[in-house]
This record gives sequence, structure tokens and C-alpha cells, in this order.
Amino acid sequence: MAKYRSLSRAWLTAGVLALFAASASLIAPAAKAADPIKIGFTMALTGGLAGAGKGALIAMEIWKDDINKKGGLLGRPVEFVYYDDATQPAKVPGLYQKLLEVDKVDLVVSSYGTNEIAPAMPIIMRKRLVFPALFGLAVNDQFNYDRYFQIMPSGPEPKLDWTRGFFDLAMEQHPKPKTLAIISADAEFALNAAAGARKNALRANFTIVYDKTYPPGTADFTPIVRAIQATNPDIVFVASYPPGSVGMVKAANEVGLKTKMFGGGMVGLQFAAIQKNLGPMLNGIVNYDFWVPEPTLNFPGVKEFLAKYQEAAKGKGVDPYGHYLPPYAYAYLQVLGQAVEATKGLDQGKIAKYMHDNTFETVVGKVKFGANGEWARSRVLQVQFRDVQPNNLEQFKGPGKRIVLYPPDWASGKIVYPYKQ
Amino acid sequence: MLTADLLANAVVAGILLGGFYAAVAIGLAIIFGQLDIVNIAHPAFIIVGAYTAYILNSRFGFDPVLVGVLAAPIFFIVGAGIYRIYYAAFERTGQESLSGLAFFFGVMFIIEVVLILVYGVDYRLVAARYIGSTWSLGFVDLPFRLLVPFVTAVALTAGVYAYLSRTFMGRAIQAVAQDRLALQLMGANPVSVKQWAFALGMATAAIAGSLLIIIGPVEPSVGRLYIGRAFAIVVLGGMGSIPGMFIAALILGVVESLVTTFWGPSWAPAVAFGLLLLTLAFRPSGLFGR
Repeated sequence: MAKYRSLSRAWLTAGVLALFAASASLIAPAAKAADPIKIGFTMALTGGLAGAGKGALIAMEIWKDDINKKGGLLGRPVEFVYYDDATQPAKVPGLYQKLLEVDKVDLVVSSYGTNEIAPAMPIIMRKRLVFPALFGLAVNDQFNYDRYFQIMPSGPEPKLDWTRGFFDLAMEQHPKPKTLAIISADAEFALNAAAGARKNALRANFTIVYDKTYPPGTADFTPIVRAIQATNPDIVFVASYPPGSVGMVKAANEVGLKTKMFGGGMVGLQFAAIQKNLGPMLNGIVNYDFWVPEPTLNFPGVKEFLAKYQEAAKGKGVDPYGHYLPPYAYAYLQVLGQAVEATKGLDQGKIAKYMHDNTFETVVGKVKFGANGEWARSRVLQVQFRDVQPNNLEQFKGPGKRIVLYPPDWASGKIVYPYKQ
Repeated sequence: MLTADLLANAVVAGILLGGFYAAVAIGLAIIFGQLDIVNIAHPAFIIVGAYTAYILNSRFGFDPVLVGVLAAPIFFIVGAGIYRIYYAAFERTGQESLSGLAFFFGVMFIIEVVLILVYGVDYRLVAARYIGSTWSLGFVDLPFRLLVPFVTAVALTAGVYAYLSRTFMGRAIQAVAQDRLALQLMGANPVSVKQWAFALGMATAAIAGSLLIIIGPVEPSVGRLYIGRAFAIVVLGGMGSIPGMFIAALILGVVESLVTTFWGPSWAPAVAFGLLLLTLAFRPSGLFGR
């Protein structure tokens, strides 16, 4: 009897232990499945690029909400861990180190802009992480990193492709323009754009009659425009940041710049507040852009995304329409998310290979990366401002004010040439 | 490439630009030049003036210069308050040199962060009928976007100069700049005089801000670009000299404009600041220094 009792106690103990072990093994994967996937990044939320950086963050938060509503990635909710890099490149390496070593994020994406992306590259490369990047011009030319993916549609030769459209358009005109003036801001992005413009000008046999840079803090651009006018160029290529872009457009109007094509690489003319302020001064300018509300660029999901963005942007002091950067900030997370789902894990090598091998459906259209992580085919738009009325913000929300001239596949109209104020 | 019209336009553009620089620097000429207070936050207050102009211009369509003039008394009162804090915390205890500088650095950052939190970081601009128009006198063009700030700056400089040289309080400010102890022996309160002078300098920031936003777009941290230039103008003009400050501003503007036109815009700050160093080598007290 005692033996029987002891035997049954042993069976009971073993049964309880087995049940406990079985339940523990069931609970463990369930807890892991609920662990969030952490995506880490820095963003320019203060400082010079904060206007765009805050808009990008709004777009990224929309993606996070959208993906979490669909059940997250790999069945796990998505969380962001991010820090303000204050538009200071020197802060970026330390913050990414913290994201990786302290916050232990699962995936990383970049901040906004060339100057903020480049300093993160050595840290990311050492860890062999996939690095989707947001609007860096030719960053990977220096690093040749095989897990870098740039969402800005510059194309396989970013410096050249970025300005190719402006010069291709110029060369289609009759008689062909022959002389060129280049003015660029004395800063990384603008200098890269101007370098590309020089190569494109050489390819098209232009004679460069003016080629200068201007420093940050330049208050008056009328002497620059007069100096350009004195060289009588057929076309004027400008690579500038928002204050310089506004200064150049106003000075060109005040001085009465006479040239046949004017624009090219002016950052700021894509933002609604600046467009409203400059109004009819913009008419005739041909400038780069990445997305405008023209019928040829009505990609699936972009209108729905912009509706959410415009609602979320209210009262936040950012671009109210968000045509320029936000769709791409949403898209680079779409690409990463699709790659994670397709590879069914967080293996960085597999994700990178998938991103190289496949085409992604995003709100900015089909995205296919080339070997260097840039878009396999350039889609830098050249748009021309037309029929812009004074003091009217609403006019820029819909089509008809920024006509797509280039690339031809996406064109919504023909150029008005020569430039007239 | 050197033609008469290009040269004339470069000189005129430089004079107009110099006028605007004078409006930016005049507050510092009083606060730093006469009171020896290193108010590094002065350009940040100019940005507050620019935002004030932006808000009233975008909401009610007020002319930016008018807003600047109307906001000046409020800036005056705020300036008086800031000086009181500065005096109580640093000057009275003799810690104004390093701690005072840190204080104004702090004020500058607080202003920038508050502007970012309240108004965001987008570039702000104003609309006025004269922006974009140009007055042509023969082959010389005078863009109203620069002419209006120039005329306002001339009026502001003349007004401040007349006030400092012809009124009792103005002379008291000059006296406290020269010999604080002597003023005290005369029975006057130097702290009150300095408070008044600091407030006057701050009031000019409201007007300078409205001129800045007429010329170009403004965001919260853009004031930092003017710190070096404004202090350089005050030093070049001769610490505390209002006419000296104005002439120094014109020289800087004209040199920048000539270099931009005939040499290249990137050289403009280097040549202008080189000129400052050269002048100080021969006249350490500045052009009109005592």
C-alpha cells in the first residue's frame, strides 16, 4: 500500500512537472510573438532640416499605425526608438551606437538628408545591418556598402542622374542653348548637385560662363544674379537650400534675369509655404521634384496616405500638403516591411538580398534598387511652375501648377521655353 | 566684366544691405558697445521680432515694418525685465563676464526651442505689396525688398543717435558707458540707466526682426548666422559709437556686394572679416572708437 502510494505520488509529481514544462514551452513562443520589433533611427527634429524631418516622422508614424493595424511585422507589433539628431552630423554616430548597443533595436533606418546619413554609415556597416536611407545624394559612392538602399529616386549614377533631366530638356530646345551659369550653396548636397551639373554640361557641350558658390547666411542675392546676368548665359542652374532658393527667385525677378531656362536644383520650391509666398515669381522656373499631384504620378495608395498626412500635419508647423518628402518616408518603411515579411525573419543578409532582387509596390510607385542601392532607374522629375497665382496656398494641393516635363514616361505636359518672368 | 552699371549696382546693393546690417547691429552697439554686456542672444530676439511680424502679417495683413515699430515698446519692457534678472544674478555679484555669457547663451537656446515648439521649424515669410517690386533709376535698380529695410534702418539709426546725444537719458546712457562711478557720484542710479539702455537696445530688435523677414525667409535658428557679423560691425565701428556702427555696416555691406559681384560670393565673408582684422590692426579701437 505504501509502495503504491509512493508510486502514485511519483507519477503525480512527474505529471505535474510534465504539464508545467509543456505549458512553459507553449507560453514562451507566445511571449516572444508579442515582443515588439524595434526600428531605430535618428531624425532632424530641430535645427536646419527639422521642417522636413518632422514631416518625415509624421509619415513614418502613419506607416507604423497602418502596419500595426494589420497585425504588425511577423505577427509582432512595430515600435520606433528614435532620437533627435538636431541636424548635427556629429551627433549621429553616437546616437546610432546607442540605438544598437543600449536600445537593442532590431532594424535601423536613416535620418533625413545626406549630411545625416553619411556619419551613420560606418556604425551600420560594422554591424552589417540593412540600411534604408531617406534622401541622401550619392552617399554610397564613398562607402560601396551592399546593404544600403536609397529611397530617393536619384538613379544608378546619383550625381549625374539628379541633374540629367534639366540638361536633357535644355538640349531638346531649338536653337540649342550653348552657355551655362552654375551657382550653388557652399554645402554638401548642393556641391554634389553642382558637380553632377558640370559633368552633364560637359556631356552636352555647354560652355560654362559662370560657376560660383555662395556661403550660408547670404542675405542679398541681387549681386549674384547681376554677376550671372553680366555673363549672359543661355541657362542658369541653381543648387540651393530654402533661404538661397527664395533669395535667388526674388532677386531674379527684381533684377529681371534674362535667360532661357532657370532652376534645376533649388530645395525649398517643393514646400507649400514657400510656394505660396513666391507666388507668380515661380512661373516658368524648371526645377527638380520627386512627387507632384499630377495625374501621371497617381500611384496606388498615395492619395490615401496624403489624406492621413495632411490631417496629422495640422497645427504641427510642417508642410501642410507633404508632397515632397513624406511619401518617400512612408515608402522606405514599406520596402523594409515587405522585405521582412517576405524573408520571414530579421536575418539582415536575407533581407538585403531580397531588397536587391525584388521590386516593391509603394505609395511612390514601383521601387527597384540597383547594385549600389540607388534606384535602378532614375525618376528625378523636372517640373515647371505654371499659371501660379498670388497668395493662394490651395492652388498647390491639386494638379496644374507643377507640370512634369521629365522623365518622358511620367510627363504631364511640354516645357514653355524660353523662361519668361 | 567690370562695367559702370555693374559697379554702380554692386555699390548700391551693398549700401542697401549695409543699412539692414546696421539695423541688426544697432541694439548690440548699445548693449555690447556701451554697456559691455555680451548679449549673444540679441540675434535670437531679432528672430522673435521676425516671428512677431510674420504672425501679424499672415493673420491680419499688417505691414511688417509697422509691426516692428508697434512691437518695439513690448520688447523694451521685456528687455528691462531681462536686464533686471541679469543684474540681480550676475552683474551685482561681479560674475557677469563668464556666467553672464552663459546666461545669454541659455536665453538664446530657450528662445529657439520655444519658437520651434510653438511655431514649428518651417521657414516663415511675409507678404507685402512692395516685396518683389523694383524702383529703377537709370541703370541702377533699387529692389523695394532691400530699399524699405534700408530706409527704416537709416531712420532707426538717426532716431537712436538723436536720442543718445540730445536727451537727458541718452546722455546718461553715454555717461554710464564712460564712467559708471562718476555717474554714481552725481547722484544718479547707474543700474536704472543701464536697464533703460538695455531695454532700448532690445526694442531695436523688434524692428530689425521685421526687416529681416522682409529680406528673406526665417526659421528659429537663423539668428545664429548674424551673431558674428553683428559683433564685428560693433567692433569695427568703435565700441558704442552709433555713427561708427552705421558706417562700419555700410562698409561691410559694400565690400560683400563688390566681392560677390566681381570675385565670388564665397569670398565675401572672408574679405569682409579680413578688412575688419586689417582695420583693427591699424585702429584697435575701431573706426570711431574713443
